[in-house]
Amino acid sequence: MTLEEKKQEIIEEFALYDEWLDKYQYLIELGHNLDPFPEEEKTEENTIKGCQSRVWLISEKKDGKLLFRADSDAIITKGIISLLVSVYSGRTPEEIAADDFGFIGAIGLRENLSPTRANGLVSMIERMKEIAGQSRQ
Amino acid sequence: MKLTQIRAQFPVLDSQVYGKPLVYLDNAATAQRPLSVEASWKQSVEQGNANIHRAVHYLAGVATDAYENAREAVRAYLNASAKEEIVFTAGATAGINLVAYAFGEAFVGEGDEIIVSVAEHHSNLVPWQLLCRRKKAVLKVLDIAPDGSLPVESLEKLISERTKIIAISHISNVLGLVNPVREMVEVCHKHNVPVLVDGAQGIVHCAVDVQALDCDFYAFSGHKIYAATGTGVLYGKKKWLEAMPPFLSGGEMIHTVRFSGTTFAPLPQKFEAGTQNINAVPTLVPALAFARECRENPEVEAEQEAILDYVYKQLTEDERITLYGVPRGTKVPLFSFAVKGVHHEDLALILDKMGIAVRSGQMCAEPLMDRLGVTGLLRASFAPYNTLEEAQYFIQCLNKAINMLV
Repeated sequence: MTLEEKKQEIIEEFALYDEWLDKYQYLIELGHNLDPFPEEEKTEENTIKGCQSRVWLISEKKDGKLLFRADSDAIITKGIISLLVSVYSGRTPEEIAADDFGFIGAIGLRENLSPTRANGLVSMIERMKEIAGQSRQ
Repeated sequence: MKLTQIRAQFPVLDSQVYGKPLVYLDNAATAQRPLSVEASWKQSVEQGNANIHRAVHYLAGVATDAYENAREAVRAYLNASAKEEIVFTAGATAGINLVAYAFGEAFVGEGDEIIVSVAEHHSNLVPWQLLCRRKKAVLKVLDIAPDGSLPVESLEKLISERTKIIAISHISNVLGLVNPVREMVEVCHKHNVPVLVDGAQGIVHCAVDVQALDCDFYAFSGHKIYAATGTGVLYGKKKWLEAMPPFLSGGEMIHTVRFSGTTFAPLPQKFEAGTQNINAVPTLVPALAFARECRENPEVEAEQEAILDYVYKQLTEDERITLYGVPRGTKVPLFSFAVKGVHHEDLALILDKMGIAVRSGQMCAEPLMDRLGVTGLLRASFAPYNTLEEAQYFIQCLNKAINMLV
């Protein structure tokens, strides 16, 4: 599935929910189902600290593609992280660096990404872009 | 005034968010402003705006009177002995910074000691850390008891011959307990140590009489007690304010300026450099009148007591919940708590979508969070315009949110 197709798929999935709480319920499920993150990787270096939730992010490059793994101590944030990982992990650095991450807004979670929310999510996206920028050939 | 009339002073309380009635329980961060405060602001901007104290024209007189009337209203509210002891600041943070700087310049040197509690808001902590760094002084920390209360006995043990000042909150913005400030002042004065009280939350929940408390400084913000943002008050005993050098300098605060040397205005102008918050300061008059009205209103008092009883019971009897700041006798309706296995941010996000505004996170008290062994808490703080019905809705939604998350 291309990056665009994957994003479209998620946008359509979220269009099913018009109630906020249903949307959160779905994110909570996604959060619970996120691949477990290795405890030993929860180091200071891999921590993205916010006033509220903490986020951990690691990446590796394989066959020219970036693979991300991430975790959070808050479950809704973890659900959004799960979306981000499913969309962007396995893409080339060029694709990631060129993307505007706007689909998060399209599924109605823009406010969860507002810098004033002071959570780790905004910094996580920054970090993903930074990693993509650095790994470009 | 009936409670319904009080609520009518705050149109936002009738509004909806995400299609749900707004329940505003983040009053410890900032309170809503009543229509009377808005009217004062409007009056000042539309009919009373001029720079104060200096010009001889009519409008300057109107503005100066409004500003100085506010000083008198604050003096009366705090029962300070003189208007000179009331300094207008930008807020509690600004007032504490003023004291940390100016008192520090005059009285703190290398090896001297300053005492704060572990439960202080960063605003009553970082200014003292900076002072200690500037003067090579030592910051000593008073711990809380397991129930969140401040033990007066351990304070006395911390005081030494080198202790220069103690800075303590009247009510912690996390723990919501009225600290034994009067007793603490007594202990400190026995050792000739002055006391600064951070009254940011205390001014909202207590009838403050600075002469009865006998504290040396009392700082608070206007916006937490219904006045316009950017207003604040520092009460200081005249003997200290007179002995302290100016903090900010420039216009208004001088007596004569020569290149050979400058002399300074008498109190309180000495500490009010630059153009003051002339449109906002007069809003303290209706704001404090409203606060007094609420405090003396039996219906409001009964409702607040009912809210305190109900929420306290719900939070302490639920095994999933840990309430921080437990002693019932000194508790005000400000509740910070953790829910086992649930992150505070998740709760706050879900409650938000149910129309409830609560605070989550570290609440500008990181050392206290470390002390309690938590990464953050959820806080619900009530104001006189909140109802028992809102408290019940909050608990009902909290249960729903917890069930979604566990």
